[in-house]
Amino acid sequence: MLAATGLESKEDLVSYLPADVRLKTPLDIPHGKSEYEIIEHFKQLGAANGDGYASFLGAGVYNHFRPVLVDTVVSRGEFLTSYTPYQAEISQGTLTSIFEFQTMICQLTGMEVANASMYDGSSAVPEAAMMAVRITGRDKILIARTVHPEYREVLKTYTQHQGFPVEELAYAKSGQLDIDDLRTKLNDQVAAVIIQTPNFFGILEHVPEISSLVRSKGALLIVAFTEAVALGLIEPPRDADIVVGELQSFAISPSYGGPYAGIIATRNQYIRQIPGRLAGETTDSNGNRAFCLTLATREQHIRREKATSNICTNQALLALMATVFMSLYGKEGLRELAEQNLAKAHYLASKLPLKFDAPFFNEFVVRTNGSSPDQINSSLLNRKIIGGLPLGRFYPELADCMLFCATEMNKRSDMDVVAAAFARF
Amino acid sequence: MIKKAIRHIVQAEPLLFEQSSPGKRGYQLPELDVPVVDAATVLGKGNVRDEIEDFPEVSEFEVLRHFTRLSTWNYAIDLGLYPLGSCTMKYNPRVNELVARTEGLAWAHPYQPERLAQGAMEVVAALEHALVQITGMDAVTLQPAAGAHGEFTGILMIRALLETRGSARKKILVPDSAHGTNPATAMMVGYTVENIKSNDRGMIDLGLLERVVNEDVAGLMITNPNTVGVFEENIKKICQILHDKGALVYMDGANMNALVGVARPGDFGIDVMHLNLHKTFSTPHGGGGPGSGAVAVAEVLTPFLPGPRLKRQADQWAWNYDLPQSIGRVRAFYGNFGVLVRALAYIMAHGGNGLRQATLDALLNANYLRTLLEPYYQIAYNAPSMHECVFSDDRQAKEGVRTGDIAKRLIDYGFHPYTVSFPLIVRGALMIEPTETESKRELDLFADAMISIAKEVEENPELVLKAPHSTRTSRVDEVTAARKPIVRWQPPARVSQAAD
Repeated sequence: MLAATGLESKEDLVSYLPADVRLKTPLDIPHGKSEYEIIEHFKQLGAANGDGYASFLGAGVYNHFRPVLVDTVVSRGEFLTSYTPYQAEISQGTLTSIFEFQTMICQLTGMEVANASMYDGSSAVPEAAMMAVRITGRDKILIARTVHPEYREVLKTYTQHQGFPVEELAYAKSGQLDIDDLRTKLNDQVAAVIIQTPNFFGILEHVPEISSLVRSKGALLIVAFTEAVALGLIEPPRDADIVVGELQSFAISPSYGGPYAGIIATRNQYIRQIPGRLAGETTDSNGNRAFCLTLATREQHIRREKATSNICTNQALLALMATVFMSLYGKEGLRELAEQNLAKAHYLASKLPLKFDAPFFNEFVVRTNGSSPDQINSSLLNRKIIGGLPLGRFYPELADCMLFCATEMNKRSDMDVVAAAFARF
Repeated sequence: MIKKAIRHIVQAEPLLFEQSSPGKRGYQLPELDVPVVDAATVLGKGNVRDEIEDFPEVSEFEVLRHFTRLSTWNYAIDLGLYPLGSCTMKYNPRVNELVARTEGLAWAHPYQPERLAQGAMEVVAALEHALVQITGMDAVTLQPAAGAHGEFTGILMIRALLETRGSARKKILVPDSAHGTNPATAMMVGYTVENIKSNDRGMIDLGLLERVVNEDVAGLMITNPNTVGVFEENIKKICQILHDKGALVYMDGANMNALVGVARPGDFGIDVMHLNLHKTFSTPHGGGGPGSGAVAVAEVLTPFLPGPRLKRQADQWAWNYDLPQSIGRVRAFYGNFGVLVRALAYIMAHGGNGLRQATLDALLNANYLRTLLEPYYQIAYNAPSMHECVFSDDRQAKEGVRTGDIAKRLIDYGFHPYTVSFPLIVRGALMIEPTETESKRELDLFADAMISIAKEVEENPELVLKAPHSTRTSRVDEVTAARKPIVRWQPPARVSQAAD
C-alpha cells in the first residue's frame, strides 16, 4: 500500500507537517493491554465502587429492572454500529424505530409531536426554554425550585449569555409550587414557566391549575419529568405546551450519571421550532411506506447560525433501549410497574416522618428528627444499604431532610431496616 | 461489477402498533411484597390517568423479532466500510461494551457516597489524564454529551475569560469550511458569526485573517486538519494572529483521528478544543448517539471549566463544587460516563504507541484510496491528505450525475455512502474517510466500486441517477416528508377522521 501511494515509509505520511508542530516524544500512556487485562481492570474498578449495596437513591436517576431483551437488541451490530440515518435507503431499521419511539413518547406524554431524543433531561430544559422564547418573542423564564436542582443549574448555564433572565419560583408548605409566588411573578414578559411533575420532592404538581394561570398571561407551560415510570399511572401533562424529560428509568442503567436519553415533545403547531432530529413517514419511489429524517431546515447542518439549536449527535441507542422497554411492558405493564413503585414507596413512607403532605409517586422527603441525614446514612451503610439523598446541598433550608425513593427493585426487608434506623434516633 | 453485495430475502415487518392486540404482554413483575395501594386514593382521582391510548401490547418474542427484523434494514460498520468523512466510523471493539456493563460501574448511582464511587471517579481521572497527554492541553472536562455540546462549553469558557479581561467582545470567526455546529454554537453563546473565506487551497487565508481580527473578535473556531482533510500548515501563525489581538482559538477536534500521537493541539497554540470520543476513541455511533464531547483547555481557561471537578483529598477522589469562576454545569451529573468507560478501554488497549500506529494507519488508508481514485475523480485540493480525502463531482456533473447520485449507487455495491456535499466550499463534494480499521481488501473493494461507478456515469448515467436498485427501500421522497410531516403513528380510524 505504501508503494502504491509513492511513499517509502509510514513516517513520510506526516513529513509535510511543519517540523515545529510534529510530536517528537512518545505519548506518556502505558503500553497496550490485552483484553483479559482490561476486563480485570474494570472489574476491580467496579468492585471499588461499592458494588452489592441496596439503594434508596432517586433524585433523577432510578433503579429499575432492565429486561434482558433490551441489551439483546441494542447489542446487534446493525443498531450499535450504524451512523445517524441520513441515508434513508439503508437506515430503515433505525428510522422505523425512531418513528415508533416518537409515537410512544406522544402517547405517554399527551403531546402531538416528539423528537428523536435529546442528550438528557437536564439539557432538554434549556432547549425548551429557548424554543419558548422563539415562539412567544418574550424573554423571561420562570422555573420552579421544585425542578431538579441540577437541571436548574444547566438552564442557568445555557441562558446566561442569551439575554433572557431566569427567575425561580418558591415552593409551598405542601412541597408543591407556590401558586401565589407564580401569580406575583407572572407577567407579559414571561415566555415560559417551567415546572416538574412528579417534582424533585416526588410530589405531583397541579398541572391544569398552573396551566390556566400561565395561559392567561400568554406564556407557555413547560413540564419536565425525571421519573418516566410515573407516566404509566399519573395523568400526563396534557395542558403543557412543551414536555421535556428523562428516560433513564426505561432500561437505561444509572451508569454514574449517563449516557441517558432526554425527550422533548410539543404541540403540532410548534413542530418547526422543535430542536434536534425528527423521523417522518413518507414513501419510496415504488410507493412503499418509508421513513426519513425530516424538517432538516431547522437543524445546524443546513441552517448553520440560524438553526433552532446546535444539537447534532443525540442519544439514539438509548432511545432504542427505551423503545424496547416500552414495547415489552406495553399498555398494562407500564401501569402495573408504576403501581408497584407507588405501593413500595407508600409502604416505606408510612414508616417514616414525612416533610410534606401532598400526593407523591415513588419519592418523598423525610425529616430526620433529632439526628442528621449523615447519621442515618452511616448507620444504613453498615447494613449495606445506601439511604436517601441529603437535601442540604441543594436546599439549605432542608438540611435536616433527605429524599428517599423506592422502586420495584427495593425489598420490604431493606425498607424495614431503614424504618428501624429512623426509629433508633 | 458488484463484488461485495448480493441480493437476499429480507423480512417485511409492520410497526409494533399494527401488530398489537389487547392483553398481550412481554413482561413478568415479581409478586408485590408490600400492601397494594389504591392510586386514586393516594394520588387523587384527577391525578390518575386512563389507559395509555394506543400503546403497544405485544409478546416478548414478538418484540425480539420486530427489532431483529428492523435491524436487518440497516447498514452498519460491522457489515463493511463506512467511508463517512469527518465522522470517523471505525471498528467498535466489543470488549468496550462488556466493560461498560461491569456491574459496579453500570449500576453506580451518581449520588452514591463518594467513598463508594472511587472506581467510577478513577475512570474519570484516568481518562482526563490520558486526554491531557494526547492533546497536550492542561486540563480536560468530560461533562459535555457530544461534540456540539463540547463546542458550546468551550465557547462559554472563552466568553467567561474575556469577561474577566473587561469585555466579552462581539463575534466569533468561522471558516466557510466549518461544520454547521460551529456557527450554531457561537450564536448560543451570544456571539455573532463572521464567516471567513478559505483560500484556493482550502485553507485559512492568512492575509484575510490579519485584516479581520480586531478587538471585536472573541475567537476563531478552526478544524485541524480541516474539513478537506488538510493540515493547516500555518496553524502556529494563525494562533499568533488571534493571540496578538487578545482573542482565542477554538479547535473542533472532529478530525483528531489524524493527529493522535503525531501532533498535539496544545503544542501548536490551541486554547480550547473538543474531542468526539465516539469518533477518534471508537465508542459506537449507535445510529446517532450517545457520544461524548470531552473538552480540553489551556491553563488560562482552567478556572472556567464546568463543575464539579475531581480533586484528590486524603488519598481519595472527591468532587469539588467550589469553583467560583466556573461557567456552571452544561448537563446534570458528570457526563456520559458509560461512553467514558469505553473510550478509556480503547486507550488502554492501544497504549501510547498503538494510538500513534492507528493514526499512521488511518493516514495510509486515506492516501491509498486517494491514489486509487484520483484518476477517476477530481481531487478538490492538491495539498497532501491526512485521514480523509475530498473529491468534487466536477467530471461526473458533466454527465448530469452529482455526488448524491454516486453516493446512492454505492449502496448497490454494498457500501455506505461517503459524506455528501460537505464541506460546502467544495462544489459537489465527496468526502471519504476510511479509518485505520479497514483492511486492504475492503479498501480495494471500495475503490473498485467507485471506479466502476465512474465508468457507469460515462456509459449509462441513468443507472446511477435512479440508484439504489437493490435495497428494500428505493429512493425516499424527502420533499413530501417535509411538506406534510407525519412524525407519529395514528390508528387508521383516526387518520381517516383527520382527513375528513
